[in-house]
Amino acid sequence: MELIAEKVRQTYGSLDVLDDVDLVIGSGEIVAVLGPSGCGKSTLLRLLGGLERPTSGRVLLSGAAPAGSLNPLTYVFQDFALVPWRSVAENVALPLEHLAMTAAERAARVADALARVDLVDFGGTYPKQLSGGMKQRTAIARALVVEPAIFLMDEPLSALDAQTRDLLMDDLKRLWTETRFAAVYVTHNVAEAVQLGHRIVVLSRRPGRIRDVVAIDLPLAERHEGHPDLVAASRRIWASIRDEAAIAERELIDVA
Amino acid sequence: MSPDPGLREVPFRGGGFAPGNRRIAAPLTFAALVLLWWVATARGWVSPLALPRPGEVASALADMVASGEIWRHLAASVRRLVVGWAIGASLGVAVGFAIGLSTLARSTALPLVSALFPIPKIALLPLFIVWFGIGEASKYATIAFGVFSPMAIAAFGGVDGVERSLIRMAQSFGVPNRDIVRKIVLPGAMPALLSGVRISASIGIILLTAAEMIGAEHGIGALVLSAGNLMQTDRLIAGVLILAGLGLIVAFLIGVAERRLLGWR
Ligand SMILES: Nc1ncnc2c1ncn2[C@@H]1O[C@H](COP(=O)(O)OP(=O)(O)O)[C@@H](O)[C@H]1O
Ligand SMILES: [Mg+2]
Repeated sequence: MELIAEKVRQTYGSLDVLDDVDLVIGSGEIVAVLGPSGCGKSTLLRLLGGLERPTSGRVLLSGAAPAGSLNPLTYVFQDFALVPWRSVAENVALPLEHLAMTAAERAARVADALARVDLVDFGGTYPKQLSGGMKQRTAIARALVVEPAIFLMDEPLSALDAQTRDLLMDDLKRLWTETRFAAVYVTHNVAEAVQLGHRIVVLSRRPGRIRDVVAIDLPLAERHEGHPDLVAASRRIWASIRDEAAIAERELIDVA
Repeated sequence: MSPDPGLREVPFRGGGFAPGNRRIAAPLTFAALVLLWWVATARGWVSPLALPRPGEVASALADMVASGEIWRHLAASVRRLVVGWAIGASLGVAVGFAIGLSTLARSTALPLVSALFPIPKIALLPLFIVWFGIGEASKYATIAFGVFSPMAIAAFGGVDGVERSLIRMAQSFGVPNRDIVRKIVLPGAMPALLSGVRISASIGIILLTAAEMIGAEHGIGALVLSAGNLMQTDRLIAGVLILAGLGLIVAFLIGVAERRLLGWR
């Protein structure tokens, strides 16, 4: 299944947030969307998953969802969005409860999802007792449980400390290697983008436009920090970010 | 320059603003008040006409228990309170949820609720008596009406305060709206609902007493009024204490509900 954004523009009142974004997310491909805070990344993700309608342009799906996918477009949120009055297992079960399946099947799916993020022993724990990393792993289990075709991840590691971030990054790579899902991975962090993105889409400041697209062919499993391919990609990304900053500065000077 | 004051501890500034609960403090407070009352009446600081002694009030209570009179009054009052409160609270919660969830209800019902809130409901009792007769229905209506507005406003505030990100999350998984209301909005609004219950239950007791003073044969309000008319201050104070006890029991029940329903906080 492919997800396609066609000339997507989004405005809120007089505020232009996204301008003419064209994007195709192929099956099994992780597209990292990189851009400064406030450039419209979360907005783009809401449009891609159908939580909002674009002001103009279209968001399209092509091809059938893989068999067994219960919620083809599935979000992982920056603030985890765990329900505080539900235990870990109950949070993971939430997206299954309105679907027709036996209690046994639901329990089996929840147990499987918890096992995949290494939270088997924490099914009965409540969110307030969890560390940030465990909260996000719970949210990832909740996403895995519906077997998405495409993950829509909004800065999933931004609320975590550096060590936890590294560990979860390894988890994400492992999970991708296991199931080859497609994903839009929104981040403002260049290192995260080159670790996980098959393609990296660099957005400009608001209104967000695509400034550059960088492809990295290196398999995820081989992406260790300091690998020359990653260093080269980071350089190129930084260069286009710097261009952007230079342009912004010139605009300021022009105005003055 | 001021002289070097030498090595010293950083002054502590972090205390307070986290009240705990000492279990024995509440009974001790009540005991102290009763003791003060006893001393004041025994020493003659207060005239026995103005305030009976604790012992007299206790024996008035004991008489009422022995004759079974108290149960008649209590049963009548508790039934009115429960029925009236339940009607008002369920309507209030329904309307409050509608205001919190629908644009139409917000633009029509919210101004209405705001307009109804400040009306002293007891002023409407005569009207309710015209409509429903002098019997129980007019009392239920008065209490229900008084409970309605605070519950509606609490429910609306509670729904408004539910984290939008949780609703978004549920929508992103295709959870149907009915389930979102039941599993996200209702539990999310529960803290506000329970504080609404606290306030509306007290309002209910106030209205109950007032309504019983205006026209009732039985009920704590009627008991207090008739005792006052006969200058039986011991029975009067006993009645007031029963009302206070009713308030305490309600507060206790809400506390139990809070511990059960809000344990996740
Ligand atoms: N629903 C909305 N209404 C009005 N403005 C919004 C809304 N959502 C986002 N914005 C504005 O759009 C801009 C981009 O927001 P966002 O997509 O959250 O950026 P990012 O995720 O890249 O930090 C911000 O200036 C934000 O204030
Ligand atoms: Mg964002």
